[in-house]
Amino acid sequence: MALLQIAEPGQSAEPHKHRLAVGIDLGTTNSLVATVRNGIAVCLADEAGRSMLPSIVRYHADGRVEVGHTAAAAHATDPKNTIMSVKRFMGRGLKDVSHVESTPYDFIDAGGMVRLRTVQGVKTPVEISAEILKVLAARAEASLGGPLTGAVITVPAYFDDAQRQATKDAAKLAGLNVLRLLNEPTAAAVAYGLDNASEGVYAIYDLGGGTFDLSILKLSRGIFEVLATNGDAALGGDDFDHRLFCWVLDKAAIEPPTSDDSRRLLMKAREAKELLTASEEAPIRAKLSSGEEVNLVVTREEFAAMTQHLIAKTMTPMRKVLRDAGLDPEDIKGVVMVGGATRMPHVQRAVAEFFGQEPLTNLDPDKVVALGAAIQANVLAGNRKDDDEWLLLDVIPLSLGLETMGGLTEKVVPRNSTLPIARAQEFTTFKDGQTAMAFHVVQGERELVKDCRSLARFELRGIPPMVAGAARIRVAFQVDADGLLSVSAREMSSGVEASVLVKPSYGLTDDEIAGMLKEGVEHVGDDMHARALREQQVEAERVIEATTHALEQDGALLNADERSAIEAAIAALKRLVTGDDPRAVKKGIEALARATDEFAARRMDNSIRSALAGHKVDEIQV
Amino acid sequence: MSVDLQQDFFALFGLPRRFRVDEAALEMAYHDLQGQVHPDRFAHLSDVEKRLSMQWATRVNEGFRTLRKPLPRAQYLLELAGVDVGLHTNTAMSSAFLMEQMEWREAVEEARAAGEGHELTQLHHRLRHHAREVFDELERTIDERHDFAAAAEIVRRLMFMEKIQHEIDDALEALET
Repeated sequence: MALLQIAEPGQSAEPHKHRLAVGIDLGTTNSLVATVRNGIAVCLADEAGRSMLPSIVRYHADGRVEVGHTAAAAHATDPKNTIMSVKRFMGRGLKDVSHVESTPYDFIDAGGMVRLRTVQGVKTPVEISAEILKVLAARAEASLGGPLTGAVITVPAYFDDAQRQATKDAAKLAGLNVLRLLNEPTAAAVAYGLDNASEGVYAIYDLGGGTFDLSILKLSRGIFEVLATNGDAALGGDDFDHRLFCWVLDKAAIEPPTSDDSRRLLMKAREAKELLTASEEAPIRAKLSSGEEVNLVVTREEFAAMTQHLIAKTMTPMRKVLRDAGLDPEDIKGVVMVGGATRMPHVQRAVAEFFGQEPLTNLDPDKVVALGAAIQANVLAGNRKDDDEWLLLDVIPLSLGLETMGGLTEKVVPRNSTLPIARAQEFTTFKDGQTAMAFHVVQGERELVKDCRSLARFELRGIPPMVAGAARIRVAFQVDADGLLSVSAREMSSGVEASVLVKPSYGLTDDEIAGMLKEGVEHVGDDMHARALREQQVEAERVIEATTHALEQDGALLNADERSAIEAAIAALKRLVTGDDPRAVKKGIEALARATDEFAARRMDNSIRSALAGHKVDEIQV
Repeated sequence: MSVDLQQDFFALFGLPRRFRVDEAALEMAYHDLQGQVHPDRFAHLSDVEKRLSMQWATRVNEGFRTLRKPLPRAQYLLELAGVDVGLHTNTAMSSAFLMEQMEWREAVEEARAAGEGHELTQLHHRLRHHAREVFDELERTIDERHDFAAAAEIVRRLMFMEKIQHEIDDALEALET
């Protein structure tokens, strides 16, 4: 069947083809997917018209996986296989998870990231999150009518490297091309700032289901610059539910509750918390498995008093973030509230008191993150319009360092450094003839390694034997725009690039991810080969399109020979794409990349020169 | 104009090589450059371009970080002038300065031990005010007298002061948690 392409007069369909891109808010309690349609960011709804998807995954014995509202309904009857709030387990060990005792899951603690035993076997939080992402991606593809070019996935700003990597791995498992991991408060700032054409310094107070972030952003001339961020990756609305649940146990003198009762009461506590947003008091009624009845009323004042310590926990990061940004509360022009938990009146009151102004609540705190992510995804996918001249500059939330003698941390990348950033540190051998060296990468602000997050251990081998202290080993950290770290090491005096074996402390290895991908594909009866081919073809098409566009734009930077070499590589790749060998297509992509190496460098130089030239003109005008 | 990854940061931002910088011009140049090289501009392009973009954006961030704050900017100017700050080899400081340092340290220690948050905040502000005066002296030494040896001595003093400032901030943070 031939496809008709309809272009409006004076508007060519190519190369400004609209690429389908989405923003996904992968939340602790609920997840959302949004896209930019006709220039406006909108959340995409399911068949029933609901945009929020409960972040709940149920594994059935027959191999089915259920996600969202229907899974939520099974929470009471099949708790072990119905996973809620999986975000709390991402990139985390069992000992890091708070309130483990009140979750019904069958945890496996074999070191590293926690795993859960289900009726479908052992699952990692990465796989469980991937199920949520798959449902959202399918919803988007059905709604937009085509395959997605890519997605921006949001993460709490205070997520560490392991949690970010786990999120990216989940997206990969779900078959999504991740354009960027975007910090949730930054996403909210984009949606808010672009909507209101704001300028000045803003604070984003983001209290979600299981995470708390506070970011300070400076908005000027279309630049969204994060000055500092702080937070608590294990504090959220869930903790308020849990506190109220404990109050109920105490009041009703229930001890210990059965696991069924726990779940029922926790649900009632959550409902009461939500009721208290609009009412002065809320009833908590439940029938326990013993037949005993709970019949309580909680007032707004009581709830505020019992959760005051949780709100106080958000105040410390607030003071810290301001100090890091070198600002006082009076310097903040507006406070944007994000996350369902900010609906609680006493949260709003505490924030208003701290900043000396009423927070801005004129946008939906549940949707604003997904909308901001969609706006960013649209631009990253290449759908930028000429007037879309805004840019995000984000930071790394926690310092990165290496373990040194005596279990101390040596900071290599300080927190709140603008991304991307690279830093290097030199080390030496301490024994004669030493040919290997072990490194331990950690993240956090504390002096002792044991108080920081362990990210990975790696070993450097193949150092040429020398006397102690003669080797100069340079360990380089590179943190990309997703906030993800890569480490490389080299012995400087001999120039030997030693091999680095990285073992993530709370992450999955590349092999494990590859294994899960394969398993997933086999499970759906898909053909691994066909999938690999399709992936390479999509990538090849993307590269060809990008290169062709670059030639149109900056062809003048090449001489005739150089241009024909690139065109030959494009033609070769186009031939390979029609074949059925994914590895050949991959080689063709690599060949085209090599052919365009120099061209890309010249294009970059050119744009930098024009940036500086533009700047000079500004100076003359002043 | 030559544009490469090796050029110094002042040239990168199109600014004169001196201690006093026009902060607004620096920030504007930084934003303009990031607007061209940031990875978000290259997310849909080839891996080669993504890699180049990351290298450039990293370099631009490093440059901005170096030039934005006066102490790293002064250290960088000394480095460009080939003057060793000599913190490890040449730490002979005037006894008056060392005496002053000890007094600051004792004041911080006392306030910390007593858990005096207010006193620590006062110390923080006083030290910041004092540092501003020393920076003025540094500006005259570099931009007017071009005396880099004397500038190195002032930079060393400022580095000591910064260390104390960090101790105050750490003590404040410890009080809050």
